[in-house]
This record gives sequence, C-alpha cells and structure tokens, in this order.
Amino acid sequence: MAGTTVAGAAGTAQQAADPFIVDGVALGSRLITGTGGAPSLDGLGAALIASGTELTTVAMRRYSPAETGSLFQLLVDHNIRVLPNTAGCFTARDAVMTAELAREALETDWVKLEVIADEHTLLPDAVELVDATEQLVNRGFKVFAYTNDDPVLALRLENLGATAVMPLGSPIGTGLGILNPHNIELIVSRASVPVVLDAGIGTASDAALAMELGCDAVLLATAVTRAQNPAMMGEAFKHAVIAGRLARAAGRIPRREHALASSAMEGRAEFL
Amino acid sequence: MNITLNGTAHAVDDGASVTTLVSQVTGRNLAPNGQAADGQKLGVAVARNSEVVPRSQWFVTALAEGDDVELVTAVQGG
Repeated sequence: MAGTTVAGAAGTAQQAADPFIVDGVALGSRLITGTGGAPSLDGLGAALIASGTELTTVAMRRYSPAETGSLFQLLVDHNIRVLPNTAGCFTARDAVMTAELAREALETDWVKLEVIADEHTLLPDAVELVDATEQLVNRGFKVFAYTNDDPVLALRLENLGATAVMPLGSPIGTGLGILNPHNIELIVSRASVPVVLDAGIGTASDAALAMELGCDAVLLATAVTRAQNPAMMGEAFKHAVIAGRLARAAGRIPRREHALASSAMEGRAEFL
Repeated sequence: MNITLNGTAHAVDDGASVTTLVSQVTGRNLAPNGQAADGQKLGVAVARNSEVVPRSQWFVTALAEGDDVELVTAVQGG
C-alpha cells in the first residue's frame, strides 16, 4: 500500500496479510500492549514477544539514576514502536506538557491521550479530554484518544482530528470486560478513524469480543502483566485478537429464538 | 549554584548548561545536538521552569540560580 511502512518483524504471515494501519503505518499485530504492572523488565520482555505486539505504551516519569535497565531500550531492541501516554494527568495543561516531554524524549509525535477525572474511577474527564485533543492536534501530535464508551464523544474527538479513538470496555485495571458492547458497536459504525478498545480487558475472550464488535485493535496491559503467567497470557491474546478479527470478517450467523437442526430430517432410517 | 531537579535541591557548576546537567545525571556523554555520543537513544526530556527545552537547545541553554528542572524518561505504564 502506498505511503505505508511496515513496522517490526514479529508479525506472522496471518497478521501480515491484514495489517493494522494507523497514521499511514502498517502494524503486523492488532494487539497494543501496555507495560504497567509488570514486576520485572525481563518478564515484561518475554510477555511482549509472546503477544506479538508491535506497539506498546509507556508512561513518562521523573528520571531516576537508581533504575536498572531501560524500558525504552528494551522496546528499541525488540523493534517495538513506542506509544507514550499521559497517564496520571487530570488537566489538559498537564497532558499537553507531558505529551511535549514524551515527544522530545522518545522522538515520536504519537501520544495516547489520557486525561482522567479522579483516581477512584480513572474514567476520562470528557471536558479536559476534548480541550487537550484540540491543543495537541494543533501542535502536530497524532492523538490516540482514550475515551469513555460514548458514541457522541468519540465522534467529537474524531472531528477534532484524533488519529484513533480508544473507548474503554470498563474502567482501567478492573478486568470487567466490555460492559456496553452496543455502544462499542455504535462507535465503530460511525467512526472513520481506527477504533481501539482500551481498558477493562480481563481475559482472551474479551479481546476476541472487541474485535468481533468491529474494533480495529485492542489495547491492554494489566490483563497480561498481572496474569499468573504473563507470557502465556500474552500469547493467548495474540490468538484472541486474530480469532475475533477473522470472525468479524467471516460474518456470524444471526441469533434465533428456536433451534435449527443442521442435519437433514429426510432420509432417516425407520425403526419399526 | 543551586537548582531544583525533579523536586529536590541539586547543585551544579556556575554557568552549567542543560547538556552538562543531563550528562551528569544520566552518566552519558552528549553531542552538541543533544543526542547521546554513543549513538544509542537517550530517551529523556527536560522541562525548565515549566517549559520544554528541545534537545537541540540543551547545549546553548544555560541554567540559572533557582531554576526548576524536570528530567523525565519512559517508564512502565498503561
């Protein structure tokens, strides 16, 4: 495809045939991973590789000389693209400042915009989110907007120039899955930018459902990093996203009230 | 002179630039363009008195007494 570049070498043939294209970049995996909650960098690296991800979020925090190993270097070494977030920002001002620092530090204009209302719910603050999206788009950022599962707000963010909209399935870290599948379908049906299901994923079937609902990709962190076996769960999600994507494209059967036999009634043997 | 670095008091030589400070704290040698001299990614950014200082400006930006500097990097996160 013209104007696209292929990122990473981890994609399987299956994935490569159906790249996730965002901002003109073709990613071989539709799984975007976060890095929060992993107990060690080594374990995190193994989980990321097993998941097949080619795009991974990081947070921006004060530099500490005591930290051993560099997360950024780990991602560079594994050819995984970095998506800095604005986690922990409560205002548009803080989010814009954090995004500017991330652009300088990591040399990318992609940013996962996260402006949360309070620490109890970690839900996006719609007013600040809209304000920050507008400011960041004007400053040349490619905004991946983490948003509520609100079809109206999602469209507003797209109209402001968001590169992707990322509705939550349920609050961050809860593992409650997709609480309002209908809204996610509505967001997908009206969007002309990629829709990424972000937050609330608990296990593989949640990610498969997101893809079946028509999402272009899934973003998750805790579900892998805090699983009892993060690398195994990473691999599970890799397959779940592919399975859900295929099921969406294949076209599921309609739901019906009553049973429908798949074996013909004609030609049965008769027993007297 | 004394500045504040990431919220705590920090002493630097008079006339030190942002490059000097970043190099001192990270233990990496920096080229005048703000990139690491070893060619690897540096992965840090600097805000001085709530303004981001582009790495291309680190070398020519002198620190002043009382400056409030934030030095950030990528860490694990959502």
